[in-house]
Amino acid sequence: MAPAISLRSAVALSGGFPVLAGVDLDLDAGQVLALLGSNGAGKTSLLRLLAGLLPLRSGEAVVLGCELPDGAAELRRQVGLAGHDPGLYEELDARENLRFALRAARLDPAGADAALERVGLEGRAVATPLGLLSEGQRRRVALAWLAARRPALWLLDEPHAGLDASTRHLVGELCNEAARGGAVVVLSSHEPELAVSLADTVVTMGGGAVIDTSRGRRDAAGVTDVA
Amino acid sequence: MNRAIRILGPTSILLCVLDVILGLWVTPDDENQLEYVRLVYIHPAEAWVALYVAIAMAALCSLLYLWKRTRSLKWDRLAASAVEVGVVFILLTLVTGSIWGRATWGVWWTWDARLTATALLAVLFLGYIALRRVPADPETRARRCAAAALFAAVDVPIVHFAVNWWNTLHQSATVLNPNLKPRIHGSMAWTLLLSFIAFTALFAWMVLLRYRIEVNAHSGEDVELADALAERRAEGVTS
Amino acid sequence: MWRDALLVAGRDLRIELRTRVGLWQVLPFALLTLLLFAFALGPKPGLLAEAAPGLFWLSILLSVVLAAQRSIAVEGTRATREGSRLLGLDPAGIFLGKMLALLVEVLLLEAVLLVGVLIVFHVLVTAWATLIASCVLAAIGLCAASILYGSLAGEARIRATLLPVLLLPITAPVLIAGAKAFDASVVTGSGSGARWLGILAVFALVYTALGIVLYGPLEES
Repeated sequence: MAPAISLRSAVALSGGFPVLAGVDLDLDAGQVLALLGSNGAGKTSLLRLLAGLLPLRSGEAVVLGCELPDGAAELRRQVGLAGHDPGLYEELDARENLRFALRAARLDPAGADAALERVGLEGRAVATPLGLLSEGQRRRVALAWLAARRPALWLLDEPHAGLDASTRHLVGELCNEAARGGAVVVLSSHEPELAVSLADTVVTMGGGAVIDTSRGRRDAAGVTDVA
Repeated sequence: MNRAIRILGPTSILLCVLDVILGLWVTPDDENQLEYVRLVYIHPAEAWVALYVAIAMAALCSLLYLWKRTRSLKWDRLAASAVEVGVVFILLTLVTGSIWGRATWGVWWTWDARLTATALLAVLFLGYIALRRVPADPETRARRCAAAALFAAVDVPIVHFAVNWWNTLHQSATVLNPNLKPRIHGSMAWTLLLSFIAFTALFAWMVLLRYRIEVNAHSGEDVELADALAERRAEGVTS
Repeated sequence: MWRDALLVAGRDLRIELRTRVGLWQVLPFALLTLLLFAFALGPKPGLLAEAAPGLFWLSILLSVVLAAQRSIAVEGTRATREGSRLLGLDPAGIFLGKMLALLVEVLLLEAVLLVGVLIVFHVLVTAWATLIASCVLAAIGLCAASILYGSLAGEARIRATLLPVLLLPITAPVLIAGAKAFDASVVTGSGSGARWLGILAVFALVYTALGIVLYGPLEES
């Protein structure tokens, strides 16, 4: 069966600068990939390429059956990206944000409540404008969006940064569930230990390319215990 | 391009000099406007370049940039050059128009249609230049400026009609007048035509010069992609 | 496209209802300009009545720039914009939606300001149809142009000063035509409003069409 993600010498530019300088990658459905690397190595750029937000300049890239760069619009509909900035509307509360996003993605807005419950947001937090929530709560809303959307490809940019233990645990749970459901999960991290315990494959990036690949220690059957 | 510049330069200057000679000494003066009519050999031509040629060129280059098949930064740079040189011609138009107005109507500025539209176009062009100076990567900047130029170009005919109906004091277009025969005859007509050609050539020369400056200014940035890639990959090895 | 437009318009209006920027900031600003004009020109009823059409439209124009800044600020950061792209919203729909939301605000603004002008500047209207038509058409054109230029003007800090410089010259024909149409609908006014309505209609049509076609390509990074 063809891999869900297949990149060959993928090059991408941003403002003329080659943020990705020839990436080779293969990933099957139901797998979790962890991206490691120092700042500026190209982790975020790779996530954006996989999201269809960064155009492919040269090389080959087929993601979820969509050939880049032409298939980017088609790809975007199947992808969920949780970055540093949740990309939601500050003035609206969590429920309104999710309902809007679900409607826009042609999904049933009723799924918003269940998703918010899943990430542990209830009561007042759900009805407070996003701008007034804490960083951790906003990240939870972003995760709720992914949980509600159930995309075929989950992209998480440093999902553990600045989060407390229980939220980190939640991230691990959601990733596991998504992978078990057949989705592809790619997450970047600055914490190797954490990332390795969540992933099937660990890739280290440097200079816009992959410089090392190794196996992860994900426990596919159950939830990994994160210290 | 360098050859075009070398040919256009002397040619356009020659034509302008010829225009001046004919305009000042060979053609007759007007019974009403006396010597001031000689301004007709530079003012309408400047206005023509500013109001039509510059903006048409900026719009065309912008379209070529925005259309995927012909997208290239050279169109963006040409458009920007056209706008900058266009601003010069607009200022010239306003100044010569003002002098002429002072001579024939007694005031330095009137709200007649052509002058007002020209002043508005000046602000539109300045807006383009302001947009150009906003820091952004070349592709984003080019896209924004191309769009701005197109929007401005589309507005020009609307402005033309609006301002015309709003107030008309200017003599209606003497050559492109649909109703009347041209009021300018004989040697005056030929000199007028010459002025249009001369100023258009001058505009073209100045645009190419400006374009060349722009290209040279950015030549350091257009580093070969292969080199950039090699440099980038090297980062990964050393880190 | 229309489905997305209505969704986006609904969202923008809901945000407006939540924050009420239009009510507490833009409207007072518009009314303030009328007051300032009166101060500047002096309390001469005849002069003010004659200048009323122009002053009304000038107030609207300046207020629309303010309202547009707000509308574009809703899109917030680059992440929010990318979020919209990831949702698969049709860019033309986003443009129309934002335009519709802004249009609702501007029409309300025009209504309130009109009442203000009629009362404060002692203006008597005879041709209501012309006046209302001109207000609606002008509003459409202004909103389309504002959203379009808003997407050009870049980040918030720069946009604050750049948007007026870009937008106001383009909308000059709206000012001219609107004022003349208003003039034509007033007791002491002159001429027919038809040609001015024509200009307003063309402007509205052109910039709405440009927006539908170009908003998407412009937002793409």
